Amino acid sequence: MMLIDCPHCGARQENEFRYGGVSPLVRPPLDCEDEAWARYLFFRENPSGGTMERWCHDFGCGEWFVVRRDTATHRFQADVDEAACGADGTAA
Amino acid sequence: MRDRYSAWNLLQASRRGHLDWAPAWRDAEPKPRYDIVVIGGGGHGLATAYYLAREHGIRDVAVVERSWIGGGNSGRNTTVVRSNYFYPASAGLYDFALQRYETLSDELDFNLMFSQRGVLTLAHSRHDLDIQSRWANAMRFNGVDGEQIDAEAVRALEPRLNFSAGARFPILGGIVQKRGGTIRHDAVVWAYARAASALGIDIVQNCEVTGFLRHGGAICGVRTTRGNIRAERVAAVVAGHSSLLANMAGFRLPVTSYGLQAMVTEPVKPVLNTVTLSPAVGAYWSQSDKGEVVIGGGLDAFPSYAQRGSFATTQQVVASTLALLPSLGRLRLLRQWAGIVDVVHDSSPIIGASPVPGLYLNCGWGTGGLKAVPVGGWTLAHVLATGRDHPLAEPFGLDRFRTGRLIDEAAASGIAH
Repeated sequence: MMLIDCPHCGARQENEFRYGGVSPLVRPPLDCEDEAWARYLFFRENPSGGTMERWCHDFGCGEWFVVRRDTATHRFQADVDEAACGADGTAA
Repeated sequence: MRDRYSAWNLLQASRRGHLDWAPAWRDAEPKPRYDIVVIGGGGHGLATAYYLAREHGIRDVAVVERSWIGGGNSGRNTTVVRSNYFYPASAGLYDFALQRYETLSDELDFNLMFSQRGVLTLAHSRHDLDIQSRWANAMRFNGVDGEQIDAEAVRALEPRLNFSAGARFPILGGIVQKRGGTIRHDAVVWAYARAASALGIDIVQNCEVTGFLRHGGAICGVRTTRGNIRAERVAAVVAGHSSLLANMAGFRLPVTSYGLQAMVTEPVKPVLNTVTLSPAVGAYWSQSDKGEVVIGGGLDAFPSYAQRGSFATTQQVVASTLALLPSLGRLRLLRQWAGIVDVVHDSSPIIGASPVPGLYLNCGWGTGGLKAVPVGGWTLAHVLATGRDHPLAEPFGLDRFRTGRLIDEAAASGIAH
């Protein structure tokens, strides 16, 4: 079982956590074109390699946190500065 | 050399120690240019090439495959074929594929071992029964066979399911599609490859696409590990790796890639009659002709390109199996594996033109690509040959994410992808 580092609780089993999508996603203005709204809702880089994600320690402390994770190796790198990432979760 | 498969040829070949069978397809060297290059030598890619040649007379086609044909998801799935969807657009698509499968062994002269043993979906609560009534009615409106059955009928079909009083997941009934069943996935790949190759299609293995050739804004070929190949049109048919090609071409897809895993037990005598699914536990079971119990799970819980699957999901699938089929408890698992599937928000595929001229897409089948191989190939070949979407594929364009006309099978039929 994969162990994931919760910033609050430390290393816990993967099934205590929930994946919460790429991060950060910046919502466009509500009067934007349909194209931009669709991009925000549905279209993702979906890379093989490093990506920025939100995770939640659902069955633990409940904390949401941001990690850089490698989708090819499953390696986690916690405590990431969200401001350093692209607007749609592109790894900086 | 002997190339037709028949009882007579089998008898004749056996007298010569089976040494005179022709290779099933040519392992081609890539030429510098083709009319059409299909990226991806899985079921959908090979079917596309076959229908381009057979239905549209376009034979100057190459299928380029990164490793060996059928080595990706086509060789990793759980062999299930069904068309029990909710919306008419989906039913039209998947039932077309099922009908093609019914005659495909004859058409391709290849025993696909298609076994219409029935696909049974279990109901564990009153709410499951309600939603299944709605679902069965929708199937029948769509012209697809779907029958709601009670617990006794489920028990007659699958007596080894857990009907005991203290069962964790009580079985109150189910819905059965009798025309659904299993098909040998490798045979589907090999049969299309053989038929396409016989019509002059080049199948190029160990040829990874590393980029696109461009002319102006349009794509006019591919860069590969075996040199550049020019083409008038290029089709990307690479399932869970579609986003990687889209990123190379400079656009994004509404696709997220997840691991989907399956496992088999050691072979035993017949114990299961149908393909049985329990959406509540996210697992399903069938038995191969060899006797292995084939167990499929739901998606892993996070995006991944690692073809191995998360242990948390393995554990949950095995636990579910023991809850519903306790008599399998002493069987050992022989193998466990995962494929990378292309999950789309509405659990429906994307077929047609990409945002970049010259590049066409067939992706987004999620956990259910094998059952759709004939229709994926048929409709993609149509748009490649004519420039127009096939009527069956019209609702499945990329534009639906902008217009909002989603075909949300995840919500409607509870399909788990």
